[in-house]
Amino acid sequence: MLLIHCPYCEEERPEIEFRNAGEAHIARPSDIASISDADFEKFFFIRDNTKGLVYERWRHVHGCARFFNAVRDSVSDKFVMTYKAGEPKPKKLPGAGK
Amino acid sequence: MAKAAVKKPASAPATALVECRPALAGREASGSNVKVSVLPPAERISLRAPEASVAALSRALGVTLPQKPKTSASKNGRTVLWLGPDEWFVIDEAGGNPLDDCTNAKALHSAVGVSHRNVAFAVSGAGAQATVSAGCPQDLSLDAFPVGACSRTVLGKSEILLYRPAADAFRVECWRSFSDYVFTFLTEAARDAAA
Amino acid sequence: MSVSYRVPGKGRLTQAKTARFTFDDQSYSGVAGDTLASALLANGVHLVGRSFKYHRPRGILSAGAEEPNALVGIHRDAARKTPNVRATVQELYDGLAAVSQNRWPSLSFDVGAVNDLASPFFSAGFYYKTFMWPKAAWKSLYEPKIREAAGLGVSPELPDPDHYAARFAHCEVLVLGGGAAGIAAALAAAETGVRVILADEQADFGGALRFESGSVIDGQNGWDWAQASVAKLAAMENVRVLSRTTAFGYYAQNFVGLVERVSDHMQAPHPDLPRERLWQVRAKRVVIATGAIERHMVFADNDRPGVMLASAARAYLNHYGVAVGRNVGVYTANDSAYAAAIDLKKAGVNIAAIVDLRDNPAGSIIDEARAMGIEIHGGRAVVRVGGKLRVTSMTVQPKNGGGERTIPVDAVLMSAGWTPSVHLFSQSRGKVAFNDEVKRFLPGTYAQDCVSAGACNGTDGLSACLDEAYAAGVKAAKDAGGKAAKSTKPKVEASESWSRGMLGAAPGAGPGTTVKAFVDFQNDVTAKDIRQAVHEGMRSIEHVKRFTTNGMATDQGKTSNMHGLAIAADELGKQIPEVGLTTFRAPYTPVTFGSIVGHARGKLFDPTRRTATHGWAERNGAVFEDVGQWKRAWYFPKSGEDIHASVNRECVTVRKTAGLFDASTLGKIEVVGPDAAKFMELLYTNPWEKLEVGRCRYGVMLREDGFIYDDGVVGRLAADRFHVTTTTGGAARVMNHMEDYLQTEFPHLNVWLTSISEQWAVIAVQGPKSRDIIAPLLEGIDISDAAMPHMSVREGKICGVPTRLFRMSFSGERGFEVNVPADYGEAVWEALWAEGQKHGACAYGTETMHVLRAEKGYIIVGQDTDGTVTPDDAALGWAVGKKKTDFVGIRGLKRPDLVAKGRKQLVGLKTKDPNVVLEEGAQIVADPKQPIPMKMLGHVTSSYWSENCGRSIALALVAGGQDRMGETLYVPMPDSTIEVEVTGLVFFDEKGEHLNG
Repeated sequence: MLLIHCPYCEEERPEIEFRNAGEAHIARPSDIASISDADFEKFFFIRDNTKGLVYERWRHVHGCARFFNAVRDSVSDKFVMTYKAGEPKPKKLPGAGK
Repeated sequence: MAKAAVKKPASAPATALVECRPALAGREASGSNVKVSVLPPAERISLRAPEASVAALSRALGVTLPQKPKTSASKNGRTVLWLGPDEWFVIDEAGGNPLDDCTNAKALHSAVGVSHRNVAFAVSGAGAQATVSAGCPQDLSLDAFPVGACSRTVLGKSEILLYRPAADAFRVECWRSFSDYVFTFLTEAARDAAA
Repeated sequence: MSVSYRVPGKGRLTQAKTARFTFDDQSYSGVAGDTLASALLANGVHLVGRSFKYHRPRGILSAGAEEPNALVGIHRDAARKTPNVRATVQELYDGLAAVSQNRWPSLSFDVGAVNDLASPFFSAGFYYKTFMWPKAAWKSLYEPKIREAAGLGVSPELPDPDHYAARFAHCEVLVLGGGAAGIAAALAAAETGVRVILADEQADFGGALRFESGSVIDGQNGWDWAQASVAKLAAMENVRVLSRTTAFGYYAQNFVGLVERVSDHMQAPHPDLPRERLWQVRAKRVVIATGAIERHMVFADNDRPGVMLASAARAYLNHYGVAVGRNVGVYTANDSAYAAAIDLKKAGVNIAAIVDLRDNPAGSIIDEARAMGIEIHGGRAVVRVGGKLRVTSMTVQPKNGGGERTIPVDAVLMSAGWTPSVHLFSQSRGKVAFNDEVKRFLPGTYAQDCVSAGACNGTDGLSACLDEAYAAGVKAAKDAGGKAAKSTKPKVEASESWSRGMLGAAPGAGPGTTVKAFVDFQNDVTAKDIRQAVHEGMRSIEHVKRFTTNGMATDQGKTSNMHGLAIAADELGKQIPEVGLTTFRAPYTPVTFGSIVGHARGKLFDPTRRTATHGWAERNGAVFEDVGQWKRAWYFPKSGEDIHASVNRECVTVRKTAGLFDASTLGKIEVVGPDAAKFMELLYTNPWEKLEVGRCRYGVMLREDGFIYDDGVVGRLAADRFHVTTTTGGAARVMNHMEDYLQTEFPHLNVWLTSISEQWAVIAVQGPKSRDIIAPLLEGIDISDAAMPHMSVREGKICGVPTRLFRMSFSGERGFEVNVPADYGEAVWEALWAEGQKHGACAYGTETMHVLRAEKGYIIVGQDTDGTVTPDDAALGWAVGKKKTDFVGIRGLKRPDLVAKGRKQLVGLKTKDPNVVLEEGAQIVADPKQPIPMKMLGHVTSSYWSENCGRSIALALVAGGQDRMGETLYVPMPDSTIEVEVTGLVFFDEKGEHLNG
């Protein structure tokens, strides 16, 4: 069971309080009704499933109930960092080169 | 069970022509160093509001809404638990009506009455922490979860609200239909709380 | 039977405290503190079991958790029969009853031992090769027979009457292993004030100090120091000391699973005591101090009872006061066996000879043995032993061949060296590294916040171990936030030390030999089997392991892995690190299902959710069905009624007069805020802005792909407040779906969601008399058709308690849904029931609810839809706001496949024979005579007998269904083909007059 740092509760909490919610930073187009089939396919169906660093959405469903974002290593399972929903992808990751 | 001492909650209107039947009313169980009891009905609201409304709502409720994660505030029989950055849980055990109080606040907010949604348990005694730790994965030591701390979390396979009114006491709340499970779980755990 | 191998004056047990026990119904006596193994040995019993494959007689190899041979059944009573208990771990209690396993008819005469004679046929890979043909025979013949013959022990047939406890625990420093190193680390960490947990699998702490007679720490004998130190730790508030506790699994972020055996060692445990307690520990730092395990020598017939590890014999003597024989031989490749020989000799046991593989063993301990008159044969090997049920002799030969000499013995002690226990380190995803100098794998790269200390880290010598472990404890505590403390490092004044040894087959069992020199005792794997695996093409150690099953038994190869690896490497002509080590996996030792399950049994297996009216339903004869975790009243049979009679009566009664139905399980969400309507517009296909306060609307919710996700009636209580209902099964996921969009896509909206599913009990009152039933109980609500038309909502009071009264219908009749605070649910139901009785109303359950809605063609999401159904497919196109510019699913609905012709659409089906009720899920075809596989047009989603229609009715998803009205289609069944006609969805009251009837 992992420990996950909830950016709203400001502490690490046990994984069973959380639920994964898929890939992060896929914004719903504001003009969604008029986008092309190809754009809709890209938005809704296509996911990278990267080996290595992934950007994910998690929900502290049995805690503060907030959705937030996480950077995680899909090989080691380790969380690199978490940040609030709506915040941009972090430019620099902790532990990354100077 | 202190039947006589309990004030009638506001949701039990004087006009009620039928019986109020709270779940598990009066049930309790003991381990060698812990007691688990079902608490009497209380008034409860789920309060949601942006930061800008906090002051007005605090005035309306007569309790300052806590803004630090995992903290609570309590005054005159009314306890406000921080559950999320824009979410509080208000428990009134003094016969007040927090829902009405919020209606008077003009600031932007959402107040929803959930008095009957939850059932509350008191877990008290030297074995209280061990009892809750049988099913709750959080660190409940006094350093990590001090008196006054509160959190939504899990107990076994049920979601609960956990609040620590005293060093050796917890208040556990769950949804009504989970109350049988949670009470049974706490009862079982209490048997092992001496370890 | 009064042979006693107990040595007066030796050991730490109180001889006066006797405990009687039985083994295979024979009575014996032991003393308190014994293990079953030590008590058996004290009675001269070495033969305790038969091996897994060859049924060879087996004895006791070890004195600890690594035991592969001495597996027995412990039978407390009919329900408490535990198989495969290691006799070396099971503590004795008065009245213990143990039985041997894998033998018939008796342990000393076992018919299955014919497998040993036939062993040439049972070599490695035997199963894979032999049972291949004919293919069909595997299932019918081979597998059942193999299953019958295989497996050790017998599992109990009754439910487990014991209970198991569980606990989450958190600490700064977790110390795994309570030998000298673990104790030192715990002492160091505890002094800083941080929370420390010290766990050890044995009943007493001390580890190797249990048998090491030569250690002195802080002026005390090593063992006494250990006991005093642990007592001191146990008295500290910040320390939890757990004995009989095995760390079985090391998971991510220092999450470690421990199983504490609470009462298996007790004669009559208090009923409140769990049998075991699972500790799920989260530690900031972990100190691994798991010690080392002695290896056996791999030579012919090394599995004979009486042949055992040297350190085990020493533990039996020094701790339990038991001599494992009277005339003992020793076979070793390192110094440690000498200490055993010396201790035994001092206790009056004859040491027949020490056979040492090393050419010229030298050193003080060797000199000491020699000085005591013990015969030492350097450069020689034991090439086999004599005896069957007990070793009687050992045959010695110069290691490079030559004349043999047979020496009579009644026990052989062996030591090939010590293997550091890196299991937990490896489970933590740490990488081991091979140290070529000392020929062992040691912790290399760490993956977590842990550190190994002492023998498991390859550190030799007590003094060095304690220094290292103490420093590890100090650092772990400091890293975890502990304060600096005054150092009181234990001082080692005398100790024992040894290292080295050998790996692989000993002389006489090497390449070219076919003797049974066991590597893995528990799985009966010999050195020859491993060589054979290599010959047959296995190159990776993982393949060798699986082909031979070496290390795959419940002992996880604690004694066998390194030997197996060395033999494979030798045969492959490679170095050991090139061949690599197999992965260590949890659990370290077997863990009971009970301890994993913990409290989650019976009532606590899963929450059973009941509504407020459950008690009334039960008292009134309801039959319940499970709907998710809910118990819902299914139907209310009157005396003598079966489900059909009951449902038929309920269906007719609702349409004729009225019925009461508990709809409390529906999900309910209060949507509040100035942007509530805007939010609803985005989440549902329907328009909401213009819905008047006090009115309701049936809402359809889609996923972004355009498929139906949920539905439900929504009432507008105020301009900024909606009362949304969801399906029962969708309650949690719809809330999650709505929160997801609100928090992450539409966070600018000022609106909040609160689950009120359990705040309100919901009593549906449906039928022409529904208004008459409710009216007398209402206060402040006018429910005339003019004041409260169909699809409206009012707040007021019923029976004096607050209500949200919906006028809505899932039956097609005039109907209401009475929401009252849950604690009043049952009493209000009773009041409505009393009114209903005056009109002849009935109570009805979910089955009748289903039939009534199907008669009206109302869908149930998840039954008539399956995640690939659009609103148009379900004939709900009318619910999609055509002028809307955005809602979740708006773009999905325009996908080419979703607007294509020929999609499966929901239609009604009427069987040509009105008495035939279709099966839900049955497939539909156009031409029943076409060859198989037929082209399937769709399937039946709902099907019932409708008493109100006097015929069967069904809903189905059929390709192009809405263009097939009146067509005849076919439903092929195993015994017949059913003819059906495609119809509209509404079977009853097509004009909808009953809503106001």
